[in-house]
Amino acid sequence: MIRIDCPVCGLRNETEFAYGGDATVRRPAMDESEMGPWRDYVFIRDNPRGWHREYWHHVQGCRQWLVVERNTLTHEVGTCRLAREVAE
Amino acid sequence: MRRLDTGGRLNRSKPLSVSFDGKRLAAFEGDTLAAALLAGGVSPVGRSFKFHRPRGVLSAGVEEPNALVHLREGGRHEPNVPATMVEAFDGLVATGQNAWPSLDFDIGAINDLFSRFLGAGFYYKTFIGPFRHSTRFWMMCERFIRRAAGLGRAALVADPDHYEKRSAFCDVLVIGGGVAGLSAALPAARAGADVMLVEQDFALGGAVLSDPAGGAGDKWVAKARAELEALQNVRVLTRTTAFGAYDGGVYGLVERVADHLKAPDEHQVRQRYWQVHAKRAVMATGAIERPLVFGGNDRPGVMLAGAVRTYLNRFAVLAGENAVVTTNNDSAYQTAIDLARAGAKVTLVDMRENVDADLTRLAREAGVTLLTGHGVLEVKGSRRVTAAAVAPIDARGRAKAAPRLVSVDLIAMSGGWSPTLHLWSQLYGKPVYDAASACFLPTEEDAHRLRAAGIAAAAQTLDEVIEQGFARGVEAASAAGFAGDSGTRPEGFATGPFWPATMSPLWAVFNADGKCRGKAFVDFQHDVKITDIDQAHLEGYVSVEHLKRYTTTGMATDQGKLAGVNALSRMAELRGLPIAQVGTTTFRPPYTPVTIGAIVGHDHGRHFRPTRRSAMHHWHGENGAVMIEAGAWMRPWYYPEPGEDLRAAYIREAAHVRRDVGLVDVSTLGKIAVQGPDAAEFLNRIYVNGWKTLQIGRLRYGVMLREDGFVFDDGATARLGEHDYFMSTTTANAARVLAFAEQLLQTEWTDLRVHVTSVTDQWAAIAVAGPNSRALLTKVTGADLSREALPNNHFTTAEIDGVGVRVHRMSYSGELAYEVYIPAGYGRPVWETLYAAGAEFNLRPYGTESMGALRIEKGHVAGQELDGRTTLKDLNLEGFASKKKPFVGAVLSKRPVLEDPARPSLVGLEIAGAIGAKAGSLLYPATGETKGHGDGWVSSATYSPALGRNIAMGFLKSGKDRIGETIRVVNFLGNETLKAKVVSNHFFDPDGERQNG
Repeated sequence: MIRIDCPVCGLRNETEFAYGGDATVRRPAMDESEMGPWRDYVFIRDNPRGWHREYWHHVQGCRQWLVVERNTLTHEVGTCRLAREVAE
Repeated sequence: MRRLDTGGRLNRSKPLSVSFDGKRLAAFEGDTLAAALLAGGVSPVGRSFKFHRPRGVLSAGVEEPNALVHLREGGRHEPNVPATMVEAFDGLVATGQNAWPSLDFDIGAINDLFSRFLGAGFYYKTFIGPFRHSTRFWMMCERFIRRAAGLGRAALVADPDHYEKRSAFCDVLVIGGGVAGLSAALPAARAGADVMLVEQDFALGGAVLSDPAGGAGDKWVAKARAELEALQNVRVLTRTTAFGAYDGGVYGLVERVADHLKAPDEHQVRQRYWQVHAKRAVMATGAIERPLVFGGNDRPGVMLAGAVRTYLNRFAVLAGENAVVTTNNDSAYQTAIDLARAGAKVTLVDMRENVDADLTRLAREAGVTLLTGHGVLEVKGSRRVTAAAVAPIDARGRAKAAPRLVSVDLIAMSGGWSPTLHLWSQLYGKPVYDAASACFLPTEEDAHRLRAAGIAAAAQTLDEVIEQGFARGVEAASAAGFAGDSGTRPEGFATGPFWPATMSPLWAVFNADGKCRGKAFVDFQHDVKITDIDQAHLEGYVSVEHLKRYTTTGMATDQGKLAGVNALSRMAELRGLPIAQVGTTTFRPPYTPVTIGAIVGHDHGRHFRPTRRSAMHHWHGENGAVMIEAGAWMRPWYYPEPGEDLRAAYIREAAHVRRDVGLVDVSTLGKIAVQGPDAAEFLNRIYVNGWKTLQIGRLRYGVMLREDGFVFDDGATARLGEHDYFMSTTTANAARVLAFAEQLLQTEWTDLRVHVTSVTDQWAAIAVAGPNSRALLTKVTGADLSREALPNNHFTTAEIDGVGVRVHRMSYSGELAYEVYIPAGYGRPVWETLYAAGAEFNLRPYGTESMGALRIEKGHVAGQELDGRTTLKDLNLEGFASKKKPFVGAVLSKRPVLEDPARPSLVGLEIAGAIGAKAGSLLYPATGETKGHGDGWVSSATYSPALGRNIAMGFLKSGKDRIGETIRVVNFLGNETLKAKVVSNHFFDPDGERQNG
């Protein structure tokens, strides 16, 4: 089981969170009308070995979306920041 | 086999009543069932998996493959329990398994004669070839194979006991309560670390428990235990197995709280599952002895040498009077010497030519007959060993001369020891073969937070065990932040050789031609013979993972604890590679089988998940509603009148709503407060339709898509104030919509000043529907609810019995209707007021079934249509999509494949005849074959009281172009074909005159 150091709630068990997908992809602008960027955003994912950034949603805590660094090889968890702050 | 009058670690003043297959066995407190079986001379105690060969007790621990029994009766019955792990208790009832009619005479043993046809890959080979084009042959055989397969029988009644889960935290977790574990726990505890010491046995001491009782080892253990128990920062858990090691320093333990009792005490749990978060862990788990491979090595009376010594010294059971001890290493000498001292006649058959002189002298002094350079080629006897065929062997383990028979009743064997490194391997991968210790060992890296000590790390002397344990304890405490005084290392004590320091690489004995004589087993529990490994090799299997699965070696309940290294050794020999290069398979949790009940704990039945109830829940029950689960919610399904079934009730309720007025609890709808200066912009993005023009006091139906362009959810949103909106979602998607909104606002649209908050539980909601609804609500609220004052899609605030409510004018049924939103705490009183006031309007409550019938008549979509595979276009809702603004999913909803006019789209179906359609039925043209997936499917079906016929909604290829066509509706499960006419899905009042009235 991995444990995530939520910036709001502190160190918590994985069971309080929902995995929210790849945090390295960026949503195209709302007015993007080409199919390609949307296809890439929704469907195209890398499958990296090693450190990766992921969204986790603290559904059973503060309900914040977090950007968590996780090593896909070792399951080690690195930094954890509020997605809102990462986006800015 | 007999119990000695003295010795052992038994409480002889506490005899216990234990029975096996109806036979009373003498047992004492401190016994295991296996010890009682051996003492009582029971043989065989089990039958093997495939060949039903008679089997006896082989080991004294978790690795036991043979002595598997049915334990207890009724709901507490458990199959496949190793007798070696059952602590004896008063009233213990066990029976033999996998045998019919009895263990002693088992019809299934006929398989042994046909073993030639049941070799490796039997299933794969038998059911291909001439039969490969027919599954019929397999299906015929499957019944018999399924019945013959498996070992014990599961209980057929519910387990009456309860189980619990517990989370715990510690600085240092020490796994194993032997000398190494105690040596590690002491310094860590002295330094101030919070220490948990877990031991699977009911006693601490580990290997010391197999030494003669009352020696220096017992005193050493007692002293260490006393010191630990006096410390406040130490928890010692016995009868507790650490079965899993997981990421982040999490360990799964199962504590057998009441398994040593006939039944748990009142309010006592049977087992407790611990989830332990440990900063550091020390694995002091010891080692498991390996068997030797020779003909008939599975016969009752052939045992592991270490186990023979355990039964003798711990349980005072002499497993044989006339023993051959055969070994490739030093460790079995202790067994030979202890057996001889206990009065047995012992011949030690050592496969090595050269043995340490001191050891030889000790053995001879004890009266042991020593044969070096010899091996046991074959065992005689079937239900019990009668003789060992002993022959001189060469450097490859092949007999150099004809064997001679030695009469025996016990053969104790040792093929070396394998460190118990399962937990380490679960975390850190494959162990590495260490040629010097002739075993697989854990590696060590800085990042490893679980490290091995003692015999688990191949410590070869007792001093080394203590030294390693102590060092690991100091290291773990320090890494966890406790660098205080750890005191001095405990002194050692005298003990015999326990590590196979001078082990020979021989592990099997062959005829001169290199073949084993008779059946020589590698995996006892799964009946895998050495010849099966050879056959797999001949057929080209080179990977150990493939070998394992093809031969099923190591796939039984013991998970290859005994079979592993011997199978790998054979594979290495056949491939001409060192064993290090052949490698090993991967260890996964659990280390030993764990009862599902322990992992489930209290989370079953009604406690599996929370039950959600509306504020009016109890009223429904008190007024005869039949409830139904809708997701986590309980909802009223229908309110039957005397003599009514579901069908009669829902038809009456639906007709009643269209004629008079009805009341339905819609509190389960998802409700989200959308607030902030940019709330309108947010709604504009997340819904397909426009929201910038919605005025305060009005509400609007909206549809939202997923990012991939498929329809996600629908519902109405009301504008309560300048920056304040009240969104409703479907019952099923409430949580998903909220999470999606939060994701967009927190990860991408951080510039929007909007808060979303779930208010589902804060508001109860009642739909009042039917021609009399206005009159009823006007009477109760006193408000002006006229068509002019409150047109459709408007809302107003009002009071009912002094409770402030919001009345939304909107209709799901197609009738004149309102939704009343009430602060949840007042849900029931307001419902009751409405109900009482409704008498003069002929008000009746209605449930979800009639609500569904009404919405199908209107052609409204619900969960059955919004199944995640349908687009706006499929649902005939594309008119809702704004062309003036972008919205979530807009671009991908225009993918060419989704624009295909032939895609199934929503239609209505008028079913011919008195029988209604079933949801999930497939649609086919009026003529032709009904093959494949057809032209579409039925999503919702009902009897329509308004139309007086059965109707349905469904998705039909090119649906809009087929209005008027007659098609077939085929229910393959019920083998039923109906005829239907394709019509618009708006069956009833398509212009909405009733709801707008």
